[in-house]
Amino acid sequence: MIRVVLPPHLRTLAHVDGDVTLRVEGPVTQRSVLDALEAQYPMLRGTIRDHVTQERRPFLRFFACEEDLSHEPPDAPLPDAVVNGKEPFFIIGAIAGG
Amino acid sequence: MSQVRVLVGTRKGAFILNADGKRKQWEVSGPHFAGWEIYHVKGSPVDPNRVYASQTSGWFGQIIQRSDDGGKTWHQPGTPPGEPTTTPDGTPKGESNKFVYDTSPGSGKPLTTHQWYDGTQHPWEFKRVWHLEPSPNDPNTVYAGVEDAALFRTTDGGKTWHELAGLRGHGTGPQWQPGAGGMCLHTILLDSSNPGRIFIAISAAGAFRSDDAGKTWRPINRGLRSEYIPDPTAEIGHCVHRIALHRSRPNVLFMQKHWDVLRSDDGGDSWHEVSGNLPTDFGFVIDVHAHEPETIYVVPIKSDSEHYPPEGKLRVYRSRTGGNEWEALTKGLPQRDCYVNVLRDAMAVDSLDPCGVYFGTTGGQVYGSTDAGDSWAPIVRDLPAVLSVEVQTLP
Repeated sequence: MIRVVLPPHLRTLAHVDGDVTLRVEGPVTQRSVLDALEAQYPMLRGTIRDHVTQERRPFLRFFACEEDLSHEPPDAPLPDAVVNGKEPFFIIGAIAGG
Repeated sequence: MSQVRVLVGTRKGAFILNADGKRKQWEVSGPHFAGWEIYHVKGSPVDPNRVYASQTSGWFGQIIQRSDDGGKTWHQPGTPPGEPTTTPDGTPKGESNKFVYDTSPGSGKPLTTHQWYDGTQHPWEFKRVWHLEPSPNDPNTVYAGVEDAALFRTTDGGKTWHELAGLRGHGTGPQWQPGAGGMCLHTILLDSSNPGRIFIAISAAGAFRSDDAGKTWRPINRGLRSEYIPDPTAEIGHCVHRIALHRSRPNVLFMQKHWDVLRSDDGGDSWHEVSGNLPTDFGFVIDVHAHEPETIYVVPIKSDSEHYPPEGKLRVYRSRTGGNEWEALTKGLPQRDCYVNVLRDAMAVDSLDPCGVYFGTTGGQVYGSTDAGDSWAPIVRDLPAVLSVEVQTLP
C-alpha cells in the first residue's frame, strides 16, 4: 500500500484525519498515485492537478524520502521506499503568502 | 416572527449571523471552511435552506460547497457524503470543482486571449468563482461569475458546471482587461419577471445583457465615461464595480463604476451619471432599498489608490431620489481614524419593514441597520477581511 500525506486543508476536504493509504495497480509513479488518490477521494480532483492539463498546481510540491520530486516527470517511478510503503509521498503547500 | 440570516464571506472562512426579526441579538456561527477564501455565499430565493458557497485558494483551486440545511452542514455537491464515489461506469465524481471553458464545436467558443495590464494579449485562464447567483425559480440552477471572466451555470444543484460561452465569445474578449482585483465577472442580475434576461458586469470590460437566457450578449455601456482608457466612451473597457436593481423595476439599473455612480432607465441601453453631491464618486458597492425602488445606497471611497473612506469617516450615502441628491448616514459608524474598504459584494438588504441594510468591511466589521440606514451598529467587529455579505429574510 502507498501512503500519502496530504496538507491539512485537503485532509479536511477528504474527511480524513491522518495519512491516506492507497492501492496502486501497475508502476508506482506520481501520476498513478494521484490517479488512485482522486479515484478514492474524488472531492480532491482539481485541487492538486489542473482539471484539464493534469499539471501540478503551481503552489504545491511533491516530496518523498527527503527529496523534492516536484519537477520529476509524472511517469517516473517513485522511490522503492514509497512503493513498499516504508516512506510516504508528501503533497505539500508551498510556504507563500498567508 | 421572521428571522434574518446574514451570510458573510471572508478572506479566511465563512460566517453566518442569525437573528430574529428584531435584529438586535445575533448568533455567530463559523468559521466555515476555515483558512479558505470565501468569495461569496448566497441562498436560493425559492429554498432558503439551500445555500451555495464559493471556496477558493491559490494553493488548491476552486471548490463549490452546498448546504441543504441553512448552513449548518455542507458538502461538495459533486461528492455528497455517503454516496458512491464513482458513477455506475466507474468515472470518479467530484465534478463540482470543475470549471472548464467550453471550447466545443457545438456550444462553445474558442479560447482566445484578453488584454493584459500592459496592453499585450494574455491567455484566458480560470482562477476562481467570484459570485454565485441562484435562480429565482429553481434551487438547482445557479449562475457563477468567474475570473478570468466568463459565466457558468449549473442545473443540477452544483454537481456540474457548464459555461455559457456566448458571453466570452461575444467578440470583444481581446479588448477585455483585468482590474486591480483580476478580470472578474462579479455581478449577475436575474430578472425574475423575464427568465431570458440576464445582466452581468466585468472588471474591466463593462456591463452586458442577454435577452435569450445567456446564448447571446450585447454590451450595454453607452453613457459610461472612463478617463483611464484610451477612448473614454468606448463600447468596451469600463471598470464597472457593481450593478443593482429593484425586482419590481428590472429596467432601472444603478451602477457604481470605478469612478462615477450611474443610472439606466432602459435596461442598460443608456446610462447617465447620478453622482450628484457625493464627496467622491469612487466606490465599490451599490444597493437598492427592499421596498423603495428609488432609495439607493453607496459607500464612497476616497480614490482608486487610497481604498478607504474620505477623511477617515465611514459614511454610507443614501439617495431617496434615485441618485443625484445624497445624504450621509453616519450614526453608529466610526467618524474618525477609519481606513477600511467595503468591497463590491459586501452590501445587502433584508426585506423586513423597516428595511435592514448590512455591509462588511476589509477590517472585519459587519454593520447592520434596522431602520434603512438611519442608524448603524456592528454585528461583529473582528472577522477576517469581509469579501461578501448576503442576507436571507426567513419566515
